[in-house]
Amino acid sequence: MKKKQRLSRNQTYMLITIPIVALFFTFNTLPLIQGIIYSFTNFKGYGDFDWVGLRNYKDLFTDARVGSSYAFTFRFAIVATIITNVISLLLATGLNSKIKFKNTLRGLYFVPNVLGSLVVGYIFSYIFTYLLPAFTKILGGEGTSMLSSTSWAWLAIVIVCAWQSIAMNTIIYISGLQTVPEDVYEAGSIDGATGFKRFSHLTFPLILPFFSINMVLCMKNFLMVFDQIVAMTSGGPAQSTESISFLIYNNGMSGGQFGFQSANAVLFFVVIVVIAVLQMRFTNKREEQL
Amino acid sequence: MDNQTMKNNSFFDRLKVMLFRHTNWPVTVLLLLGIITVIFPLYMTVVIAFKQPSEMTNSISGILSLPKSFSLSNFKEAMEVTDFWNSLANSLIITISTVIISVILHSMLGYVLGRTQAKRKGYKFIYFYIVSGMFVPFAILMMPLVKQTAMLHLDNMLGVIILYTVFYMPMNVMLYSGYLTNIPMALEEAAYVDGATTWRTYWTVIFPIMKPMHATVAILTALGTWNDVMTPLVIMSGSKNTLPLAQLSFQTQFGANYNLAFASYLLALLPIILFYIICQKQILSGVVNGAVK
Repeated sequence: MKKKQRLSRNQTYMLITIPIVALFFTFNTLPLIQGIIYSFTNFKGYGDFDWVGLRNYKDLFTDARVGSSYAFTFRFAIVATIITNVISLLLATGLNSKIKFKNTLRGLYFVPNVLGSLVVGYIFSYIFTYLLPAFTKILGGEGTSMLSSTSWAWLAIVIVCAWQSIAMNTIIYISGLQTVPEDVYEAGSIDGATGFKRFSHLTFPLILPFFSINMVLCMKNFLMVFDQIVAMTSGGPAQSTESISFLIYNNGMSGGQFGFQSANAVLFFVVIVVIAVLQMRFTNKREEQL
Repeated sequence: MDNQTMKNNSFFDRLKVMLFRHTNWPVTVLLLLGIITVIFPLYMTVVIAFKQPSEMTNSISGILSLPKSFSLSNFKEAMEVTDFWNSLANSLIITISTVIISVILHSMLGYVLGRTQAKRKGYKFIYFYIVSGMFVPFAILMMPLVKQTAMLHLDNMLGVIILYTVFYMPMNVMLYSGYLTNIPMALEEAAYVDGATTWRTYWTVIFPIMKPMHATVAILTALGTWNDVMTPLVIMSGSKNTLPLAQLSFQTQFGANYNLAFASYLLALLPIILFYIICQKQILSGVVNGAVK
């Protein structure tokens, strides 16, 4: 009769960890390494390829299309982050004050966040293409669509993305505002802090951790914008709204630039890590100062 | 007479106090007006979805007026064209499987790492290795993954489920192991003393205790996978549709018939809206928990 061997705690830990980490390695780290390797080749996505060393990386910095996709993505992400956070903070302050229908309003303001961004993109695309021009025509405008203008299309994308992100950020700010104890305001009002002063000197420093969460979330999501571009502009007009993710997808998957866009993706990865680290450093410092 | 006005005054004062002391009406009104920005696109979707092409003109009233009749014919046709039930089933299979596998696998790893990383360097390294995966954009994995999944015959729903399980691992493991630091070791020790194995202890003691975190993880993972377009788009490359993907292929084929398109959009939005109405409380607290922790 064989005696059943009992596993020690450490053995159990290892038996849990090893297969899950192996799975993670296979479908996250391995493709990441492959991507980095492809970035040193002129692979088209099919057929033979040669090693080209750092040429892809050099070309990245002179390629006009890559340059304009970074310019668009950053301009878009920064403007959308600012708009989203300003409106979210205002909304959260309102939704946290003594109002009627508080729970209903909070529930309704969150709705945009649960909707799929592709379908939301299609719906707004219709608004920008038909409804808004009909409206501007009444006001005496040209009645052309924002989406067909190289100077305005990016703003339409900002509006759609902000519409969805505001829902999320507002909820996070509300939970931040709820952590501010009432007696802080009482003490503040004795010192004469009211209105904006009260907000900038009392409320804001206390919800700074929530502000930094929102900034990081926003920047990360906006820099990776894809669905809304697919739904609304496909990168147009004249490639004015081509985001980095969209360019990598478009030219890498079907444009025969597998190697070159891999280099672009590696650069994008580095950029995202640098921004995340900088943001965390910055907010950590501010939090320490307080 | 004086007495009368005094009475009136005090009545109005009391009314004023009753109405205004506990309620900030100007803010309430502003917020009620603001909600139009949320409702309006949805209202437009519903109205267009019910109209016939002949009712549509390019004027504002033509777009926003109520339909003549609320017939379901657009929805019927949209369901056929987008193969609605199949897409819905695929979306459900992918989302539910991902959520179940994530809750099981991620909580186990979160448990091990939450209990070990403080004391042991190897596990601490593994924790940071997994969590740093959060910064890897899908764009860099996309092209190699297409090759890799095709090679492993995983360019199908199973592959998409596996990939989601991997993509959500960094966030979920971080949430679980963070949650575990608040659970005292004493509970497990008691079970060990009674002679239970680590494995048994985990399933009978720890897993049930982590219930609030399971809800958070399930909701975040479900919302993310349900609405995701990019992963199924590149991995399954058109062989199978999810609900959002069906909208994408519909758009490229029949994009000009807006009434049909909006009926289809509304159908695609309906499941998640119903889910939100039913589980609103859990979703809101889940989303906040996930972001703040």
